[in-house]
Amino acid sequence: MTLDFSVVTGAWQSLLLGTVGTLFLAFSGMALAMIIGVLGVVILRMQLRLPSLLVNAFIEIVRNTPFLVQIFFLFFALPLAGIRLNPTLTAILALGVNGGAYAIEIIRGGVESVPKGQTEAGLALGLHKHEVFRLIVLKPALRAIYPSLSSQFILLTLTTAICTSISAYELTSVGQRIEAETFRSFEVYFTLTGIYLVISLVTMWLLAAIGRRAFSYPQR
Amino acid sequence: MGILELTYLLQGLLWTLLLAAIGFAGGIVFGVIVALMRVSASPWLRIPAIGWIGLFQGTPLLMQLFVAYFGLPLLGFDVPAWAAVSVALTAHASAFLGEIWRGAIQAVPRGQSEAADALGLPARSRMVDVIMPQAFKLSLPATVGFLVQLLKGTSLAAIVGFIELTRAGTIVSNQIYRPLLVFGVVGAMYFALCWPLSLWGRKLEQKMAAATAK
Repeated sequence: MTLDFSVVTGAWQSLLLGTVGTLFLAFSGMALAMIIGVLGVVILRMQLRLPSLLVNAFIEIVRNTPFLVQIFFLFFALPLAGIRLNPTLTAILALGVNGGAYAIEIIRGGVESVPKGQTEAGLALGLHKHEVFRLIVLKPALRAIYPSLSSQFILLTLTTAICTSISAYELTSVGQRIEAETFRSFEVYFTLTGIYLVISLVTMWLLAAIGRRAFSYPQR
Repeated sequence: MGILELTYLLQGLLWTLLLAAIGFAGGIVFGVIVALMRVSASPWLRIPAIGWIGLFQGTPLLMQLFVAYFGLPLLGFDVPAWAAVSVALTAHASAFLGEIWRGAIQAVPRGQSEAADALGLPARSRMVDVIMPQAFKLSLPATVGFLVQLLKGTSLAAIVGFIELTRAGTIVSNQIYRPLLVFGVVGAMYFALCWPLSLWGRKLEQKMAAATAK
């Protein structure tokens, strides 16, 4: 048995497009997850019994079932509910719902991490209400949750591979098409693994660099 | 969905449990090795462990399953699907558990190993009798959390073609054309496995937080 990577290198254009598809899924999924995350925290902070119960049930169900089952469920449930989406949009929705459950927990932790006395201290120092919120509540809260959100983003990026199961447009489904045409399974998946590794290493490095710039304390 | 379909799903559930058990057991054995290599003073042991952890945390589990499934036969191992999946899950678990336990070992206060040195304990006993029992306790919530992760991860064996719970669900759903019912039941079965573990993990965490706050 000899390995033949020429089928993979020959398809570099499709793989590049697939990589763009994967990044698109990851970014859109994360954006949706953040919206769900903020909404969930807002609802929880209203401290009404039934809405809180629903949000908590949502978190527990999402966190304790596999993403593959969730995406299958949505894939079949949406058309029955009269919503017709293409597989890629369905995948974004599934990624957003899945990531959202984790984002609620992360953001809740961040909001709770800013003590109330800090706001009062800012007002006492004569800062404007908006300045207090921006500099004394929002920035520390974001700083506190940034590392967790970063690793959540990497996890979500890796999860996009599962979206091949409903034929969404991303790297793994592109790979499966190449595999079906060439029967070079190992070469294809070995290459995909390498591409994913590069994606997550570069993303990790970028997110860390952004975090250092945006959230470092002023040095004097 | 009749009794026949339900039995088929339960059979799949059994495979899911078996895969998770094999992956977890193998992950414990190799995870300890990875963790010990990772905290070693020698770069010859430390750097391969860093690479191993980075490789498995930086790629999708699905790719790891595919590479094992198609790669093992190329290496001359003609193994059945469940064995290839088990190898991949074991390697995956060893990297994640290795990283969790690395953190736990390094979280044990330095004074503990200094005290062990002062008592004249040999290096092996210092690690096995002093550091590791404390690290084990510290790592328990995260370890339980990873077990939930692994249980859910076994569902990806379905994409490789192995008939565990999710794949059984797909097959039944194609037969009776009731996808929502079938995947609802399948999801409920995963939930019944994972939720108690998650609750247990959270309780352990709260207990530990209370203990350290004292």
